[in-house]
Amino acid sequence: MSAETIRGKQSISFREAPHIVSRASIVGKKEGEGPLGNLFDRVEEDPMLGQASWEEAESALQKQAARLAMEKAGPGVPPVRYLFSGDLLGQLIATSFGVMDLKLPLFGLYGACSTIGEALMLGAMTVQGGYSDAVLALTSSHFGSAEKQFRFPLAYGNQRPLSATWTVTGSGAFVLAHSGGKARVTGATPGRVVDYGLKDSMNMGACMAPAACDTICAHLEDFGRTPQDYDYIITGDLGSVGQTLLLELAGKRGFDLEGRHLDCGMLIFDSKAQDTHAGGSGCACSAVTLASYILPKIESGEWRRVLFVPTGALLSTVSYNEGQSVPGIAHAVVIEYC
Amino acid sequence: MSEASEQEKQEYSELVKEATPVHSLGAQMLKAFLTGGIICCAGQGILNYAERLGLEKDAAGAWCSVLLVLASVVLTGLNLFGRIARWGGAGALVPITGFANSVAAPAIEYQKEGQVFGIGCKIFTIAGPVILYGTVASWLLGLIYWVLKTIGI
Repeated sequence: MSAETIRGKQSISFREAPHIVSRASIVGKKEGEGPLGNLFDRVEEDPMLGQASWEEAESALQKQAARLAMEKAGPGVPPVRYLFSGDLLGQLIATSFGVMDLKLPLFGLYGACSTIGEALMLGAMTVQGGYSDAVLALTSSHFGSAEKQFRFPLAYGNQRPLSATWTVTGSGAFVLAHSGGKARVTGATPGRVVDYGLKDSMNMGACMAPAACDTICAHLEDFGRTPQDYDYIITGDLGSVGQTLLLELAGKRGFDLEGRHLDCGMLIFDSKAQDTHAGGSGCACSAVTLASYILPKIESGEWRRVLFVPTGALLSTVSYNEGQSVPGIAHAVVIEYC
Repeated sequence: MSEASEQEKQEYSELVKEATPVHSLGAQMLKAFLTGGIICCAGQGILNYAERLGLEKDAAGAWCSVLLVLASVVLTGLNLFGRIARWGGAGALVPITGFANSVAAPAIEYQKEGQVFGIGCKIFTIAGPVILYGTVASWLLGLIYWVLKTIGI
């Protein structure tokens, strides 16, 4: 590995790559019925988790996932010193109310559905930099709270376009430390905000595909690699529409991702049987897929190197109603077997 | 923010149009026709029944609206209206049933935010525009009607 930490235009190469020592995934009922159903740590049948509101239910998911990840890390791992967490709700209420009881210093993050990428890379930087022995990267989303905030009340009858995605209910948590575990974060490429002027908030895959392409191409250029250097390049929640567009855009930039690309949003649901249309979305989509599906494959050595690229659509109901476009962002994290 | 050039945006929006699947218009229209047709038949049934019971036409019409609204609100509460609308689209939304659903759904959702700032402020978040512009439009039409009548047309 190169001793150089600063790579190319916008990337980071970790000299002493921090390890992902434990992972936890907790999801809702619909996710439990999906193709990854039996891989999750816990499936919650009650969408309210015994709480009074969607928002509180989402907070409960975060608390559970965080506790489980720290528990699974075991006594051999130093205690978690900092939390890096975020969610989709205004002012990050799912996070602040969810992690309150953990009594750990918090860095609250907003990267829309790309949050877990941001949390992992900042966590890795903190561990590599020697600022903490262990940190926790955490995120959540909830179908109920997301629909309520971004679209309509749940009981309102309307038709979703085929390009729409389904917000994943769940929470994913990861403990990063100097050693332990069979997977580590060896590099990262933080993404830029990319705007191609699309205004359709029901086609978020299309809104985010240019950002995914921008980050992936920047990453490959910064590291001097090709898509063939990875077992898979796995985006967060582009869905089937976004995937088509990403392959097209990356092809134009000279990178052929065909056969090398997977998308968490397409992995987590069976779009036909579960009526989810283009795929899953939300902060939890990429986080729980990483915890339950991607990391086990890396830890077993089946995959040696994966580029994990959670994607986010940067909109609010205010920006949308005021006629602004829906820009995207994507953060790439290199995860390798060790 | 890294912004694409106008030409890039134009090219991309064409690419997106090609890649984005859409619902088949014919099938959607047929489903909407069936759903809307069933709701209207139910309404007509109520109307006929009420008239047979000897109610005035106006009173029978009012009963028809009230019962359809009630049915829609109950179905909303049971979480069934969403499914009907997902299948039948505008067929379920355009009749008075859709309007009732658009008021009942926020009432359920925002109840947790309290009687005043929750239900009170947000019950008309979806139906509000229909009420506002419906009232304005009928006021305008009334004005035109009055002006035409005053000048003797």
